[in-house]
Amino acid sequence: MARAVSTQKKWAWTIFAWIVALLIFFPILWTILTAFKTEGEAIAFPPHIIPNWTLENFVEVQDRSDYLKHFFNSVVISVGSTLLCLLVAVPAAWSMAFSPTKRTRDILMWMLSTKMMPAVGVLVPIYLIFKSLNLLDNLFGLTLILALIDLPIVVWMLYTYFKEIPVDILEACRMDGAVLWKEIVYVLLPMAVPGIASTMLLNIILAWNEAFWTLNLTAAQAAPLTAFIASFSAPEGLFWAKLSAASTLAIAPILLLGWFSQRQLVRGLTFGAVK
Amino acid sequence: MGSIALENVTKSFGNHTVIPPINLSIDDGSFVVFVGPSGCGKSTLLRLIAGLEDTTSGVIRIDGEDMTDTIPAKRQLSMVFQSYALYPHMSVYNNIAFPLKMANVDKSIIDQKVRAAAQTLNLTDYLDRRPRQLSGGQRQRVAIGRAIVRQPKAFLFDEPLSNLDAALRVNMRLEISELHQQLKTTMIYVTHDQVEAMTMADKIVVLNAGKIEQYGTPMELYRSPANRFVAGFIGSPKMNFIDGAEAAKFGAHSIGIRPEHMAISTGQGNWQGRVQVAEHLGSDTFIHVSVDGLGLITVRTEGEEPVKPGDMVWLTPDPAHIYRFDKAGVALTTH
Repeated sequence: MARAVSTQKKWAWTIFAWIVALLIFFPILWTILTAFKTEGEAIAFPPHIIPNWTLENFVEVQDRSDYLKHFFNSVVISVGSTLLCLLVAVPAAWSMAFSPTKRTRDILMWMLSTKMMPAVGVLVPIYLIFKSLNLLDNLFGLTLILALIDLPIVVWMLYTYFKEIPVDILEACRMDGAVLWKEIVYVLLPMAVPGIASTMLLNIILAWNEAFWTLNLTAAQAAPLTAFIASFSAPEGLFWAKLSAASTLAIAPILLLGWFSQRQLVRGLTFGAVK
Repeated sequence: MGSIALENVTKSFGNHTVIPPINLSIDDGSFVVFVGPSGCGKSTLLRLIAGLEDTTSGVIRIDGEDMTDTIPAKRQLSMVFQSYALYPHMSVYNNIAFPLKMANVDKSIIDQKVRAAAQTLNLTDYLDRRPRQLSGGQRQRVAIGRAIVRQPKAFLFDEPLSNLDAALRVNMRLEISELHQQLKTTMIYVTHDQVEAMTMADKIVVLNAGKIEQYGTPMELYRSPANRFVAGFIGSPKMNFIDGAEAAKFGAHSIGIRPEHMAISTGQGNWQGRVQVAEHLGSDTFIHVSVDGLGLITVRTEGEEPVKPGDMVWLTPDPAHIYRFDKAGVALTTH
């Protein structure tokens, strides 16, 4: 009897989980399906679920704006900002995890609190600073701002991973004659590889999807895929099929990256939560 | 090559003083054990010598050289940790080779030394394994291998056997003692187990609340404890203490009698009591006797003693081995 109840429960939960997952995935699925419809089909009511599988939207999108250029910009900005972030965050998280002071906790909380501030609050000063430094519509400028924006999250994540590494091992390494940089390179980093990898993945995804700063600080030269999509909600009106094709092209790379690294990502995000 | 001296070394965490001014001199090649109850500061003292903690004041000399502000990596000391602290991402070979790699030793020499250390410690068959594939005893051997491979000035052991089971602990104890005889390098060994201290040490430092209560050879500590704390800590089972009128008869505030210095008989003696528990170990018998006015007294007899709980017995202390202590617990001359 108990077994029957638990099997029923299991089924109920499974169906519930599928419904939730489909609800979450539906907008993405609909976007992808719409990308293969004609403009007429896209706005038809009642909606056509199965498209005609036309590729004309993709051809037109590529003709109108250079997808590859935007794609390249997105790669440079997301990977660059992630690497820049790690360069600062690894030593920062190391010192907070292994040589904490009385204020470490406060600093961590303060860093996190900056993420709670609406970005628009600092748009004007940042814009003016970028203007005077000639960083507007510049790949380096965008890389820098995205690195700064995601730094608190990256420091927090690395801090959590580093806290899991037994201090004894690092002390043993010091006793074995390793100076600081050797300790970090030979022992800390190899032991933190899973954590660093998932932090990198998450940060690449965050940076890839970031739209506020990429739209406000770029025009043409440094515009990444977010600007590419935005350009299709154009003054001529909304062209759903083309917009969907552009969106599909923009999210495809990161969707694939997330798909193939989902085990790593889930492990990374739940690291330390469950022993 | 490996003498260590502490001169007025202190350690405080904020306002809390863990180590009050300490002076200690450890001879080159000796095996010194720091022993004391949990929280007495013995591990902190070891970490100060290692450089893993900064001293608040005072000077630490290694081989006569002031090393107080030198980083651990440059002190040329090796340390074995209670948790083994092996590098989980490296093979046994690379774990043992690590200190040599850090010292930029030539690859062929590293190979030679790692294999020699592995042979000494019976690890040759495990060199390709990862630490997680080893048993507790093997892991501890790897940790020791990593320590001996680079011929340090001194070895520091921080409760290295605490995580092992009793039988393995006795084996490893012997192995470490043999290793010391073989290498003749200074060893400082921290433990809370007084049996380890007594069996392994050339000299023992008994610590209590960060203070050195006594520093001497195991037999000095056993025969002439400086105070009540040392008397109670060294020896197993623990020394019996008697206060009040009985102690006053011996001209002391309290007296101490080791269980092995107390005779038991059913006929006559100084104090009569009832046997509460008798522990028969085969080679010895530990008898716990409740004596009115004195409390529970432990007696140790050789071989089998035919007593059982509830028996009335008489106890007689050996007058040559009665330790007398004043009100502050300081030993008076042996009675």
